[in-house]
Amino acid sequence: MKSFKKRHIISIHDFTKEDIIRILEASFRIEKQGKVGGARNLLRGKVLANLFFEPSTRTMFSFATAMEKLGGSVLSFADMTATSIKKGESLKDTIKILSGYSDVIVIRHPEEGAARYASECSSVPVLNAGDGANQHPTQTFLDLFTIKKTQRHITDLRVAMVGDLKYGRTVHSLAYALSLFNCSLHLVSPPELRMPEEIKKMVADNGCTFFEHEKIEDVLDKVDVLYSCRIQKERFFDQIEYEKVKNAFIITKNMLKNVKPNFVLMHPLPRINEISTDVDKSPHAVYFDQAKNGVPVRQALLALTLGAIK
Amino acid sequence: MMKKEVKIPPIKEGIAIDHLPKNRAIKVAQILDVGREEDGMVTIGMNLQSNKLGSKDVLKIEGRDLTDKEINKIAIIAPDATVSFIKNYEVEEKIKVRLPKKIEGIVRCSNPRCITRSQDMKTKFIAVSKKPIQIRCHYCERLMNEEDIEIL
Ligand SMILES: [Zn+2]
Repeated sequence: MKSFKKRHIISIHDFTKEDIIRILEASFRIEKQGKVGGARNLLRGKVLANLFFEPSTRTMFSFATAMEKLGGSVLSFADMTATSIKKGESLKDTIKILSGYSDVIVIRHPEEGAARYASECSSVPVLNAGDGANQHPTQTFLDLFTIKKTQRHITDLRVAMVGDLKYGRTVHSLAYALSLFNCSLHLVSPPELRMPEEIKKMVADNGCTFFEHEKIEDVLDKVDVLYSCRIQKERFFDQIEYEKVKNAFIITKNMLKNVKPNFVLMHPLPRINEISTDVDKSPHAVYFDQAKNGVPVRQALLALTLGAIK
Repeated sequence: MMKKEVKIPPIKEGIAIDHLPKNRAIKVAQILDVGREEDGMVTIGMNLQSNKLGSKDVLKIEGRDLTDKEINKIAIIAPDATVSFIKNYEVEEKIKVRLPKKIEGIVRCSNPRCITRSQDMKTKFIAVSKKPIQIRCHYCERLMNEEDIEIL
């Protein structure tokens, strides 16, 4: 099996089913060890460089927390536009210099493909924390981790995805990953925001079945997981149309009366109004745990790529 | 007796590119930057009869050789093309172009937010399908169809 040491974490498409299983297992191990203080020195003396070319405070903190919990330290460049980039330094030079100071680089960049390019310029592992609308693989791993944690497995599940399925990169990557595990997907969106053909083809090529719906009610009581995501205002030319669509996909406490006992409601956060706050206390609501799960998953990815665990 | 029609005059030395899709010869001529110092007579034949393509284009350039990169460029916009290398009015070698698996430094990414558009770097694509032609950007992962392809 291919070792994770020195591997870059750029796109979900770089990972096989076996890779994903290993990453999830490592995440569970680290989480368990962390509870008894056993992972505290795993990355002692190692330095992580957080390179954020656009702001994303949560993701940045999540990586920083993960590194510090393993005994490593963090260099944060929260506002790359204020540093040398403004002076016109190429991404290649920035990465070359920073990979000389650090043992692992985490990059977030508004341009698609930036993380892949960074990995080709770097002498240390690069972890993609989001490159425009393209990829955000650590989000996908933490989504899978949350599903496994709540359902005990990730195979043969019925998963609904609700909201903007056209532009939402998290749902594209998650749909792809779940298709490797024989899950059936229920895609709920307004007609103008349907999952792109390209993703549907990829999912179907992996032998996974999917169904398209326009109402949450059509799937709610049948699925194990419902993954809700934001519908962004910017995607609509017509603001009246936006208001109409936005309000058609709100999940309220009342709607959860007849869901399956194992049902969980997920959301990558931040939410606008897709999930009403009265749902927060429901045992089915796991979105805050989901965000928290980012830490053990990122710990595992750091420890794996730095060769501290296998 | 049937009259043998010579539609495109033969060339003594150079290249003949045949089986180009209809109306593609001018684009190929552009890509090959015809009219260079070393080029002799350039003949463009458009809408010729073809058993295979129905209607095809042909391009002949006297005095020209082709690099592998140029052949790859032709393959991307005309996957069925053949190239004949001519010496003394004879076909010395005839090859069928082949879409390479990796396409480097030839095509521009159609995604305006792709990193290859803002950095001084080589573009790279992976061929996904030959017919219809589909290539994927190695960086931004965008899938491009024939109509999105712009040769650098
Ligand atoms: Zn691209």
